[in-house]
Amino acid sequence: MSRMLTFAKAVNEALFQAMSRDERVICYGLGVDDPKGIFGTTLGLKERFGAQRVFDMPTSENAMTGIGIGAALNGIRPVMMHQRLDFFLLALDQLVNNGAKWHYMFGGQASVPITIRLVVGQGWGQGPQHSQSLHAWLCHIPGLKVVMPFSPYDAKALLAASIEDDNPVVFIEHRWLHNTFGHVPEGPCRELLGKARVVRQGGDLTIVASSYMVLEALRCAEVLAAIGVDIEVVDVRTIHPLDTATILESVAKTGRLLVADGGWRNCGFAAEVLAVVTEQAFATLVCAPQRVTLADCPIPTSPVLAVDCYPDRRSMAERVCRMLATDPDFDKLFPPLETPRDVPDKSFTGPF
Amino acid sequence: MDEKAAVELLRRMKRIRMAEEAIAERYSEWKMRCPTHLCIGQEVAGAAVGLALRGDDMVVSTHRSHGHYLGKGGSLERMIAELYGKASGCSGGKGGSMHMIDLAAGFVGSTAIVGGTIPIGVGLGLSFAIKGTDQVSCIFFGDGAVEEGVFYESANFAALRKLPVLFVCENNLYSVYSNIRSRQPAGRAIHRMVGAMGMETRHGDGNDAVAVHEELQEVVAGIRAGNGPCFLELDTYRWREHCGPNYDNDLGYRSEAEFLAWKAKDPIPQLCERLLAKGVLTAAAVAAMEAAIAEEVEQAFAFAEAAPFPPPEAASAHLYKESPCREC
Repeated sequence: MSRMLTFAKAVNEALFQAMSRDERVICYGLGVDDPKGIFGTTLGLKERFGAQRVFDMPTSENAMTGIGIGAALNGIRPVMMHQRLDFFLLALDQLVNNGAKWHYMFGGQASVPITIRLVVGQGWGQGPQHSQSLHAWLCHIPGLKVVMPFSPYDAKALLAASIEDDNPVVFIEHRWLHNTFGHVPEGPCRELLGKARVVRQGGDLTIVASSYMVLEALRCAEVLAAIGVDIEVVDVRTIHPLDTATILESVAKTGRLLVADGGWRNCGFAAEVLAVVTEQAFATLVCAPQRVTLADCPIPTSPVLAVDCYPDRRSMAERVCRMLATDPDFDKLFPPLETPRDVPDKSFTGPF
Repeated sequence: MDEKAAVELLRRMKRIRMAEEAIAERYSEWKMRCPTHLCIGQEVAGAAVGLALRGDDMVVSTHRSHGHYLGKGGSLERMIAELYGKASGCSGGKGGSMHMIDLAAGFVGSTAIVGGTIPIGVGLGLSFAIKGTDQVSCIFFGDGAVEEGVFYESANFAALRKLPVLFVCENNLYSVYSNIRSRQPAGRAIHRMVGAMGMETRHGDGNDAVAVHEELQEVVAGIRAGNGPCFLELDTYRWREHCGPNYDNDLGYRSEAEFLAWKAKDPIPQLCERLLAKGVLTAAAVAAMEAAIAEEVEQAFAFAEAAPFPPPEAASAHLYKESPCREC
């Protein structure tokens, strides 16, 4: 496992391998066969697998979701993609009323093996309607699985598992992860859905995070390690159904819980994790569990307004230190970044 | 029309009518504890489409789907058991009247959201196209559903990809209590509007079973031959209340005179008299047909009454389908 690959390329490889392995897999969505190929994730698929299995679609998010569900009911395994989660809100009727219900409401006689890829935007002025991470809504629905990978390896392994799963799976990719690198094996790989992973061992405090927040949590942990704070980071990976066992086990060890979530606070994913831990492991907590989330406002467009709406390594560290009753010099721990805070890294040139 | 087919058409319509009349009669026993939308007066669509399609063609439908389900050959016993909430109901008691399924009969499912199964049916059509089969997907919906955005989105894709889809719009003039004239502009004909989307359309008298069946034979053959989707609008009328076993003309949203005018066009005696007049059927044969259906209906209710309820723990079953875990 020595090969380094970007998250986007890992997604692309998972799609190639799934389509090669199983001719029932189809891929569609606005722009899957355009020159940009959904941030590079769908490049080459149409050339390799043909227009019957890889196709652009009308700008009809709701019907095209239902059409995928209908095809899935007759044995096709669609992978549908949207360049922003925000666009997919039009399709909630089909996802919630049909996709999530069909297996249940007909007594288990049929199933809907559809995978829906959604991309969450951030920075570069994405603004109120291109930046929403509404994953918590989807976790509210029985019958759906919701996956939010952080590492390129998980992007490949969990997407493969999502496509092979016989249930509707929403696979959420943070735009700032697409260009991150990680070890990814060349051959097919899979990881079980519904399992969290401890991505950093530590004894003082547990940060539970998913998707891009895992990267910020790891950076926070790295910085705080320098002042002797030992953080454990749990990458939730599948946020619904939730692997409560792994989270509870970590909190039992550290006694402190911070949840870092890229969604809003009210009735959000972080609230659910806090509730599970306080209900089931109250006695193991040595201080009140905490959360860092998006500021409770739509994300504004101006970079000056937007950057502080997001939880990041520093806001996590500030909260961690309060929980541990230490008060380091945060300006010294977190000197200004070389790159502007509204882009993920130097390689990013916009516009979306 | 082929005589044998005409007799079968009559039998299917009578089976739908008699099953629903029995439901209406017994509904007040409070054993069928779910919203139930009867299609009495609208039997032609379900019976004629069911007869025109092949067993392996697939159908999806709406909240008012008993006729479509039975017309396609769905199990009557399992339908009644489903209304009773029993374990041997067609959906195991999870669905009720608004969520019926009989996969063996090609009835893929009915749902309770207006327009909700329209893309599902188009997706079935897409699956046939991908697999290269000559099956046809049929979608039943009402005049209200063409007011939903998902209808246009779905029809557009079906036309774009020339999918093997039969759209059957039963225009019964009402969406619950709202007359079509308070919902759609005067002078609009739904089939003409849809025709402008690039799809073949037909329009028929939903009380003339023979004409509808003949139209369908042609339409289904065309779809099967690869000509692309077709939209069939049928003028029809729901006799009873929107939801439940009673008549509701006293509410004042429609007139008794309007109801009586439609009732006078009852499609079942129309076809029956035609077959009697032609000597295709005798009065005795009709009586025998009715007796056999009455017997089947009686047995279906007996089956439903005797069937066990699902155990309480079944409420949390079937949340997810167990997926086999592949090895890497």
